[in-house]
Amino acid sequence: MSLRTEPMTVNVGPQHPSTHGVFRLRITFDGEEIVEVEPVFGYLHRGTEKLAEERNYVQIVTLTDRLDYVSSMINNQAYCLGVEKLLGVEPPPRAKYMRTIAAELQRVASHLMGIGFFLQDLGTLGTPLMYCFRMREKILDLFEMLCGARITVSYMRPGGVLDDAPAEFWPALDAFLEGFPSEFGEIEQLVLENEIVMVRTRGVSTLPLDVAINGSVSGPVLRASGLAWDWRKMDPYDAYADVEFDVPVAAGGDNYDRFWVRMQEVHQSIRIVRQCIQQIEPGPVRLALPLVLRPKPGAEAYGRVEASKGELAFYLVSDGGVSPYRMKIRSPSLINLTVTEHLLVGWKLADMIVTLGSMDINMGEVDR
Amino acid sequence: MSGLYQFIYETAVIILPSWTSHLVAGLSIMIILVNAVLMGAAVFVWMERRLIGRFHNRIGPNRWGPFGMFQPFADMLKLVFKEDIIPANADKPVFILVPIAMLMPVILMMAVVPFAQNTALANLNVGVLYVLAVTSVTTLAIFMAGWSSNNRFAMFGAARGVAVLISYEVPVVISLLGVVLVTGSMSLADVVSAQTVPFLLVQPLAFFVFLAGTSAELNRTPFDVAEAESELVAGYHTEFSGVKFALIQAAEFGGVAASAAVIVTLFLSGWAGPASAYLGWLWFLLKVGVIAFVFIWIRATYPRLRVDQIMALAWKFLLPLSLINLLAIVLEVFFLRDASGVLTTADLWIMAGINIVLAVSAIALFGSLISEKVSPNIWQPGAGLPEPTPAVAFPAREVR
Repeated sequence: MSLRTEPMTVNVGPQHPSTHGVFRLRITFDGEEIVEVEPVFGYLHRGTEKLAEERNYVQIVTLTDRLDYVSSMINNQAYCLGVEKLLGVEPPPRAKYMRTIAAELQRVASHLMGIGFFLQDLGTLGTPLMYCFRMREKILDLFEMLCGARITVSYMRPGGVLDDAPAEFWPALDAFLEGFPSEFGEIEQLVLENEIVMVRTRGVSTLPLDVAINGSVSGPVLRASGLAWDWRKMDPYDAYADVEFDVPVAAGGDNYDRFWVRMQEVHQSIRIVRQCIQQIEPGPVRLALPLVLRPKPGAEAYGRVEASKGELAFYLVSDGGVSPYRMKIRSPSLINLTVTEHLLVGWKLADMIVTLGSMDINMGEVDR
Repeated sequence: MSGLYQFIYETAVIILPSWTSHLVAGLSIMIILVNAVLMGAAVFVWMERRLIGRFHNRIGPNRWGPFGMFQPFADMLKLVFKEDIIPANADKPVFILVPIAMLMPVILMMAVVPFAQNTALANLNVGVLYVLAVTSVTTLAIFMAGWSSNNRFAMFGAARGVAVLISYEVPVVISLLGVVLVTGSMSLADVVSAQTVPFLLVQPLAFFVFLAGTSAELNRTPFDVAEAESELVAGYHTEFSGVKFALIQAAEFGGVAASAAVIVTLFLSGWAGPASAYLGWLWFLLKVGVIAFVFIWIRATYPRLRVDQIMALAWKFLLPLSLINLLAIVLEVFFLRDASGVLTTADLWIMAGINIVLAVSAIALFGSLISEKVSPNIWQPGAGLPEPTPAVAFPAREVR
């Protein structure tokens, strides 16, 4: 005897506890199994690209903070690299190191959020998330010393950074680096080889390398599928050419691999920060540029960094005015979502939430 | 019950007619029971929030009362004053019945639990059976909640909840048969007095299965699929608000307190302890606190399993374990009892020795079997980094 069943369409989001913001998925379920997925986004659209055409080049820095609001330092960096290419200038060496330190600390903070919410989506009652927040708080305290802000930092400027770090920053950074490995070790011990985490994530929602490449996926999601592709190695910017680090790569492309790659990248980021502290030398941190920048008419530039979620780039076109003629943002979260359907169809409702968590999208960046 | 009932009746009958005195005595007992459960729930809510706060490296509630002890009452008061929303197209009578159907079994369950010597409200001769029967009413309540609230997430939660509850009933019942066999009675008072050696030692397998099964029936992590808050918003009680939500929460937390009391009675020798004639209630509460702590500890630590994995755990892991336990207990009771069918304390210690070895080996054996079946063996995270795919196939683009 076969029972008559019919598919059920459910709106997951935009008001759902674990869609990481206001993401919405129209999902058709056959029982618990997903047969059709339609991602819907745009609920957080603020028109950043259009706003940029009305602001001058320094003011736009504050707009970039609000893109991926858990990694604003890296957004600043990508935009400032773009403007510097547009102007044809190079920031002083100390500024490059300051940017690298800030960006790597921000990468740690962003990955901690990614790891914490991934585990939250797995159903832990917030314990790993709170551990992650505890570590992230210390990084935000360091940012507060650098620029007075914790989330929307606006620390970097075209041609350098806002200001040199205050004297108390360096001992605080040392203290943070001293305590971090043991604190991060606690959470690694708790979850990295946890039987339930393994069972829930290994072999679930695998992303083959060819699908990932066709989908233009980047960042930890791509590296989890088995390609050692990292713009910090491929096209070194700021101080990355002078520091040593590995690019963690996993082979399976499943949820566990994406999570594992993030866990390993945290260690590499800490390694980079340690080297930067040793290599940094005194000097100016900002070029003497006019407050209102006017690049040459017709100049184009593509400022690109390896952000915590993938390749983040700002494509800038100047018409000689005080604001860009066009600013196009290549946001990794949005482009990583191109493989959503491949990842979700055929898996269960519970896996869908975990997969979304392992993608580590940020709606501020998806909707811009 | 009889003692207290008799006392209230005899006091009341001095001034009241006989039938009114029966009514007064009955209602007094009911009020005591309901309040005991609700107070137990409140204490457990406070304990859970406080402890989970500590597990999170937070302080937890500390504003209202000493150590935030009145927090549950403040929560309750807030919820009572909230608007009580019944969604459009909800099945109204069923929707209204749900909180009552949730809370009732929890209160009824407490009625047979002996808090101290001769201090159970009802010393039923089929106590164990009664507890099992009453707890399965929760299944119905969960399904009523999902069905009546006209919400697809609630329906998901209800379908999952019913599947889990029905599956876990089987190993739980079989593990309790061992307890009944050794005791020779289904009365909870007899179960306590038979535990000259706590049944935790005599049949550790049954305790393990019962603990796992109970936490599944209570919808607690790692088995909380029915209300998986990261997946299903709030599961079967998504649409409940105001006083209905308060009652459902009370039922949930009271359920944990009541189940802890049942576990203590069945496996940790209930109120028995030094000077138990006077301090029985203290030992009982201490043991309930320990079991409640274990529940909270597990909840704060583990992620959630997927619903099919929970089913696999019930049928492939817990059911065989409970059957092994039952078989072992049957054989041991058959060979160890004397002519009148009584087991001495020495017999119980012999059983404990055999069963602890059996439990460790059985859990190790079935644990290894299930881990191979459940986890897909695709890729092992190595000690070092695996060989990366070289990126030469994608030359860096020309950057303007």
